[in-house]
Amino acid sequence: MKFPALKTYTVAYLLFLYAPILLLPIFAFNDSKIIAFPLQGFTTGWFRMMWADDALFKALRNSLIVGISTSIMATTLGIFAARASTRYAFPGKAAGLGLIMLPMVLPEMIMSMSMLVVFLAIGIPLNLFTIILGHVLVCTPFAVAILTSAFQSLDKSLEEAAQDLGEGPFSTFWRVILPLVMPGIISSALITFTISLDEFIIAFFLGGTETTLSVYIFGQFRFPARVPSIMALGTILVCLSIALLTTAEYFRRRGIARTGAKDTGGFL
Amino acid sequence: MTFSSKSETMIEFRDVHKYYGEYHALRGINASIKAGEFFSLLGPSGCGKTTLLRTVAGFEGISSGAVMVDGRDMADVPPNHRPTNMVFQSYAIFPHLTVEENVGFGLRKDPRSKEEKAREVGKTLELVGLTGFGKRAAHALSGGQRQRVALARALILKPKVLLLDEPLSALDKKIREQMQVELIKLQREVGITFVLVTHDQEEALVMSDRIAVMFDGEIAQMDEPERLYRKPASQRVANFIGTMNFLPTRILSDGARVATEVQGLGLVEVDASQVSGAATAGQPVVGFRPETLTILYEGQQATDREAWATVREVVYYGDMTYYDVVIDGTDRELRLSMRNVFGRPVLDIGTRTRVGWSPGALVLFR
Amino acid sequence: MTNPNRTRLWRSEGASGLTLISPPLIYAVLMLAAPLATMAVYSVFTDGYLTIEPILTAQNYIDTWTDVLYRSVMLRSLLVSVFVTAATVILAYPVAYFVSFNVDPSKKSMWLFLITIPFWTSYLIRVFMWKVILGYNGVINSGLKALHIIDQPLGWLNYNVGAMVLTLAHAYAPFAILPIYVALEKIDRSLMEAGQDLGETRWTTFLRVTLPLSMPGVIAAVLIVFIPTIGDYVTPNLIGGGKIPMIANAIEKLMLKADNKPLGSAIAISAMLIVGLVSVLFLFLNRRFMRGQR
Repeated sequence: MKFPALKTYTVAYLLFLYAPILLLPIFAFNDSKIIAFPLQGFTTGWFRMMWADDALFKALRNSLIVGISTSIMATTLGIFAARASTRYAFPGKAAGLGLIMLPMVLPEMIMSMSMLVVFLAIGIPLNLFTIILGHVLVCTPFAVAILTSAFQSLDKSLEEAAQDLGEGPFSTFWRVILPLVMPGIISSALITFTISLDEFIIAFFLGGTETTLSVYIFGQFRFPARVPSIMALGTILVCLSIALLTTAEYFRRRGIARTGAKDTGGFL
Repeated sequence: MTFSSKSETMIEFRDVHKYYGEYHALRGINASIKAGEFFSLLGPSGCGKTTLLRTVAGFEGISSGAVMVDGRDMADVPPNHRPTNMVFQSYAIFPHLTVEENVGFGLRKDPRSKEEKAREVGKTLELVGLTGFGKRAAHALSGGQRQRVALARALILKPKVLLLDEPLSALDKKIREQMQVELIKLQREVGITFVLVTHDQEEALVMSDRIAVMFDGEIAQMDEPERLYRKPASQRVANFIGTMNFLPTRILSDGARVATEVQGLGLVEVDASQVSGAATAGQPVVGFRPETLTILYEGQQATDREAWATVREVVYYGDMTYYDVVIDGTDRELRLSMRNVFGRPVLDIGTRTRVGWSPGALVLFR
Repeated sequence: MTNPNRTRLWRSEGASGLTLISPPLIYAVLMLAAPLATMAVYSVFTDGYLTIEPILTAQNYIDTWTDVLYRSVMLRSLLVSVFVTAATVILAYPVAYFVSFNVDPSKKSMWLFLITIPFWTSYLIRVFMWKVILGYNGVINSGLKALHIIDQPLGWLNYNVGAMVLTLAHAYAPFAILPIYVALEKIDRSLMEAGQDLGETRWTTFLRVTLPLSMPGVIAAVLIVFIPTIGDYVTPNLIGGGKIPMIANAIEKLMLKADNKPLGSAIAISAMLIVGLVSVLFLFLNRRFMRGQR
């Protein structure tokens, strides 16, 4: 059933969604310290100013360390949980999975504060490692969700066929299951990396004196003079995340094409 | 290649029970399948036939009893070490591999050289009629082709038993009929014991040496197709295999000859060998197949006995005509099938006609 | 009936399942369950000077629920979340409907992709952009001034609950669209044709057939938007200028700046209870809708 006005509405809605992102590059190249109209002319100065800040590169390096570690650990934990949930029946399954997925619906402030309380109580120093601990907790549910759908689209008889043809459980996993869920693993790794990169609250409270990219950006907001260079940084980040997302989407679709399943669209 | 002769037992079920929690899925299965036999498990969905097949493959454990393959108890043998291979209902073709890689999947531990294995794959592809398809991606195949890949992949391992789980149910009618014939030929060629699961009685009759009909986790009858059709062990089996007409009956005397009074047919004496198992409703009935009734045209003499009937429905099939007739003195429509012969008209609805029948073709369910 | 084979198989399946799930489960117990339990214990202890006295008390909860300051923070958080949720879901429904019903199937994933992209770009920067857009000398005010539509900047654009609602509604938009879209996709198209065939107009068919069938998606969307919104920290901080705190800001203040961990814990636990209660309520509603459809 068609309602023609819907298309106009949807386009307007998309404009609303994209408005902040589209404004980013405009002001990143605008030759004015104030983010306001009318535009004052073209400059690449803000990019140079951003580039000149050593603190940015330290934060970036920290974010990469945190992001990559988180992505590997959360995806690994996700593989275990997704495999257990799609393949086995065992006592306490619902409760166990519920606890693993819980961080998806808990405010990050509450999680970070409760972890902080424990870390302080037992004297664990706050640094990048504690950020990683928090990020793995938050990212694992996303990994589980993505990987569960990857494992679910596997026909169980494929596994049985491999066993029937003489493979043991381990080689079945290696020769049949892993190649078929690989696209899911890659997209899980990319998405958990992106979430970790973007995460602020946990990084802010559990990082001690260490700064990640998001904490760095939050810090810069306090200095009006730094705002245009944040616009420049934001522009670059938006381009990067679009590139990352496109890659993730590519692998997801290839995975679907490979298993011959139907495309249901979307990551969530 | 040597194969055991048909008299040897290949699979034996000894009082096999299977519970899923409280649900009793298999209720004491006892059966033996001979080497080289084409054996079918036939029954409606949920009767336990697939479960039974999967206990042979090793994908289902059993609650008690024993499953023996080639004289060996399979209790502690995992699926990957059993001398059986399976063609799955969904075919389970590995989507990330080519046709060749699928067919050669089980040869990984085979000590032969790469070239020899490749030759073996080629030979097997030829056997199933897929020569030249080796390099194709698995997901680019049609249903019939997938099925052939699944067959080749199992047969290349020269199993003692090939298990087929509803292998034809996903195919179109035409391809299905063609594959039925090919499977029979293939089975004769390789001589391997085939165990087929199907819910399609026609398919089972066409393909099998022997059939086990299953209801509610039990084997209701195990026989050759012709015997199964001629003398079903119970009214329920009779209803499941083809079409059978039933008329209520009163048993007058027992013995080597059983005297009965059949509604509409009068006094009938049948041989004790014609007496079969339970009637569904508890009350005795006689059953007879549509082709054992014939319409007697004017001047034709009954070979045995005859009765007057009225035609209620006519279904014309070209080579055959099916009539639903009601014999005087009964209230039931009986299905009757006649081969159409040139010069003999198809009767109209409402026509009064004599029908011929024969006491020897009756089966008595009590 | 004894069946060694069956118990062995079952036991091995249960054991494999437990072995597999144990790494992520142990992690969640150590990093989530244990800290939350610690917090729950703290919430019934007494705050001392620089220490926490293990003296049981209900005072923290009494303060949380009676003190005007905390009660207003809680109420504001709830109110903002309710507004954001309502705005997000109502605005998102037509978009989900459009993509599901009016877009060519081959182009659906492209539209979904377009909708999800903004969500994956830096949350901080998106929130900050709204501050820049709505600010006193921000993009809208300066733009309108440059176009000579206004002389003075519009003061009501920024630093208020409305600006916070707008920002949060923008941030969680895809969260609402996707579940509604999934629910709409599941609806058998012939049901709508049946509706029209039985004499309904397109609009009444929508009201009587499509909308009820998509309710599980709407309820999922409500939950998915409501939960993170109520705990949001960045938006009140940046858009509200720190003067309109929500629960997360209050928790932070008490836990760190005021160093009153018991009271902070009590507020956090209370917030979790509220979120849990709302979730259970909506899950219950969802179950009723699902049952109606079976």
